[in-house]
Amino acid sequence: MLELIKKELTLEFRQKSSIGAVLVYVVGTIFVSALCFKAKLDKPTWNALFWVITLFTSVTISGKSFLKETGGQALFNFLYYKPQHFILAKIIYNMIFMLFLSLITFFFYAFFIKNEVENMGLFLIVLLLASSGLAGILSLMSAIASKANGNFAIMSILSFPVLMPLILVIIRLSKQAVDGIEWAGVGFNFIVILAALNVLTVALSYLLFPYLWRD
Amino acid sequence: MNTTLKNLVLKNWYKILSVLIILYTLTWGLLNPVPRLDILNETIRNVYYHVPVWFAMLFMMTISMVHSIKLLLNNQLLSDLKAFNASVIGFFFSIPGLITGSVWAKFTWGTWWTFQDPKLNGVAISILIYLAYFILRFSVDDEIKRARISAVYNIFAFVMMNVFIMVLPRLTDSLHPGNGGNPAFGKYDLDSNMRTVFYPAVIGWVLFSYWLFELKNRISIIKCKLNE
Repeated sequence: MLELIKKELTLEFRQKSSIGAVLVYVVGTIFVSALCFKAKLDKPTWNALFWVITLFTSVTISGKSFLKETGGQALFNFLYYKPQHFILAKIIYNMIFMLFLSLITFFFYAFFIKNEVENMGLFLIVLLLASSGLAGILSLMSAIASKANGNFAIMSILSFPVLMPLILVIIRLSKQAVDGIEWAGVGFNFIVILAALNVLTVALSYLLFPYLWRD
Repeated sequence: MNTTLKNLVLKNWYKILSVLIILYTLTWGLLNPVPRLDILNETIRNVYYHVPVWFAMLFMMTISMVHSIKLLLNNQLLSDLKAFNASVIGFFFSIPGLITGSVWAKFTWGTWWTFQDPKLNGVAISILIYLAYFILRFSVDDEIKRARISAVYNIFAFVMMNVFIMVLPRLTDSLHPGNGGNPAFGKYDLDSNMRTVFYPAVIGWVLFSYWLFELKNRISIIKCKLNE
């Protein structure tokens, strides 16, 4: 399994163009929204815009995580790995990638627009849990979309409604971080729910993926 | 003659029962006395029509998920057909649910739709989920592949939908009666008079949805046979 994660990572780094593309995509999106809003954002809007950008980027980027597994590559994976290991490796790899992505998004967002976050520790926790949750859901959705003829529109249609519970909890928590609520007043039940959602999605993917895998 | 009649009743008892119960709740729901509560007043009767329809929808969605699990376990396309039919019926029930809710909201909250209420958002999301499920089905041609893929999505989506409708609304205040200090049909307000209509209404609509589901199954099985 470790070997699989390593393979994914090396593949990603070997394709320098794809990392570059992600960077340009993120910077471009943020720059466009900065120009559109002329940096006049109040806190709730700042928060919402940040998560909308992250959501769209992650759906776009992770949509391809299974799309490239076609033909001979897919057959090799099928013969060589256990499906449970394969999906776990994908999820872990996507988690790392999403975390990296959201940190980069946050950096450029703070750079071009503004850094409104007052409780940085909480915000980082939210960022971590959010990216792993996104990775968990999007990995399975990407697997489904790739089986359904790999249409990209399908990927977003499938993911958005399923992501909603996650996104709503994230937005609420991150709003608290942005407002700079002291640790004592933080809604810890939201953190627990976020973590529980993470566990739930990973468990479901683990159970369901083997059925997708056989063709 | 007598035995065939008996068989007919034995086979169709739940259909007859559902129609009788629904007729009873439709009429008695309008006639029976209800408690006068602030804001709600007579609109509290909507509880007899609005809530049972949602129960029927959730029941159908659950049946759909159970058949999806069955399909993954036994690989029989009949289960796929049933899962699909159940989700169609459930989707169909969401329409009267939305209309009764919307009309009611116009008279009590003063608006057709509001984003303040987690239950409303949850319903919108679950409708989107099932639309996505239908689109996913249309986009795959191979029958066995379609069955398996859509079953996986259905199970995943069902769990997420339940997180949305069951868990999230309990964390935040809802405008719905019974939540956030609004008057409701909760412990105190749903008097025994209302119970005599509300509980039968739930049972009646659930049975009725099951009848529709069976009908739809028979139609699609006949269609399959005709195609062969």
